[in-house]
Amino acid sequence: MKKTYVDAAAALEGVTFDGMTIMAGGFGLCGIPENLIIALRDSGTENITAISNNAGVDDFGLGLLLQTRQIKKMVSSYVGENKEFERQYLAEELALEFNPQGTLAERIRAGGAGIPGFYTKTGVGTLIAQGKEHKDFDGETYIMETGLVADVSLVKAWKGDKEGNLVFRKTARNFNPMMATAGKITIAEVEELVEIGELNPDHIHTSGIFVQRIIQSKDLEKRIEKRTIRAQGE
Amino acid sequence: MAWTREDMARRAAQELRDGFYVNLGIGIPTLVANFIPDGINVTLQSENGMLGMGPFPTEDEIDPDLINAGKQTITELPSTSYFSSSDSFGMIRGGHIALSILGAMQVSEKGDLANWMIPGKMVKGMGGAMDLVAGVKKVVILMDHNARDGSAKFLKECNLPLTGVAVVDMVITDVGLFTIDENGATLTELAPGITIEEIRERTEANFKVADGLA
Repeated sequence: MKKTYVDAAAALEGVTFDGMTIMAGGFGLCGIPENLIIALRDSGTENITAISNNAGVDDFGLGLLLQTRQIKKMVSSYVGENKEFERQYLAEELALEFNPQGTLAERIRAGGAGIPGFYTKTGVGTLIAQGKEHKDFDGETYIMETGLVADVSLVKAWKGDKEGNLVFRKTARNFNPMMATAGKITIAEVEELVEIGELNPDHIHTSGIFVQRIIQSKDLEKRIEKRTIRAQGE
Repeated sequence: MAWTREDMARRAAQELRDGFYVNLGIGIPTLVANFIPDGINVTLQSENGMLGMGPFPTEDEIDPDLINAGKQTITELPSTSYFSSSDSFGMIRGGHIALSILGAMQVSEKGDLANWMIPGKMVKGMGGAMDLVAGVKKVVILMDHNARDGSAKFLKECNLPLTGVAVVDMVITDVGLFTIDENGATLTELAPGITIEEIRERTEANFKVADGLA
């Protein structure tokens, strides 16, 4: 079965629907599926629940879907870089579920690995623990968190082959590998789409079994949120 | 003469030990990297998926695929490794990180920490802070002793939503250093020119004063 698609719009065809749950990889604007987010916006899909560590910025990343009010709920750990998000949330126009970052990462990993729930000490005694099952192990209290899956996961990798095998680069890896495992349909966009056999099998981070569709990214902006430099020679 | 942000970071750096794996939070904690004592080799973990964080890049070295948890551009070292967010928090939650240095809105005398939201006003999120304080062996807080309006930040009880319960081991502010354990808080160091009386006036938390501190 052919996994390659000509572009992001083609890759999203037939898998989007109003009220769907998506996952989108990335940390801040690093390692986000730029092409796929724009295509999802252009698809006009509404009432989306978006699981993503962050919400992009006002005019880039998932911020694009907030501008158009296509997202009804975000599941995130940190949204501090997006003013439109804060405004919509405080005006109660947008639902928000905060997850501690490690809990979010593990919920996604668990979802993809067929684990419906797990116990963690993160968040015990905080708002996050309210209404959750508590259990003691060796004298310490833990709370139960549930696994997460998505109708569609959108991920970004550095290289991928036509089988869907993915290789990530530096800190652009972040949430992408777990999200690839937790999508009922996972669509990957890659900077270099290569032939089968061109990737070293020992260097593959995500196996093609998790990726149903794959495209070559086009016109990536790879925007930098906080360009921080030191002086030459310092 | 109260401690400056740099003084606070320098003091926090004295908690580093050779061989430590350390996670530095955003803001003043990031400055601690500038004051690592000579002869001490520490490895900085960045929770977005990097162990062995190098200095900020030069203009030529900037790489959009290489940022720290504060979303700043960064560089790698020869010893650097990269991993996923779930592996990263496995390190954190699993107790493999020796020390976490974080900022705070409020700390209680029992070591409770609040640093992620002000209901109805500010919605940013906890990011990795709840995982860090739950999993890292020692938690040091760097914060201004009082809020901009002068109100106390070191309290009997936090009134903002908590990040963790009884998780803080040390608080370094512009006026002094407190340690916190199961017996409560103890003032153990004073910034130059600051008196115990002044700290008492500016603090709501109960604290003991270490022997020999005058």
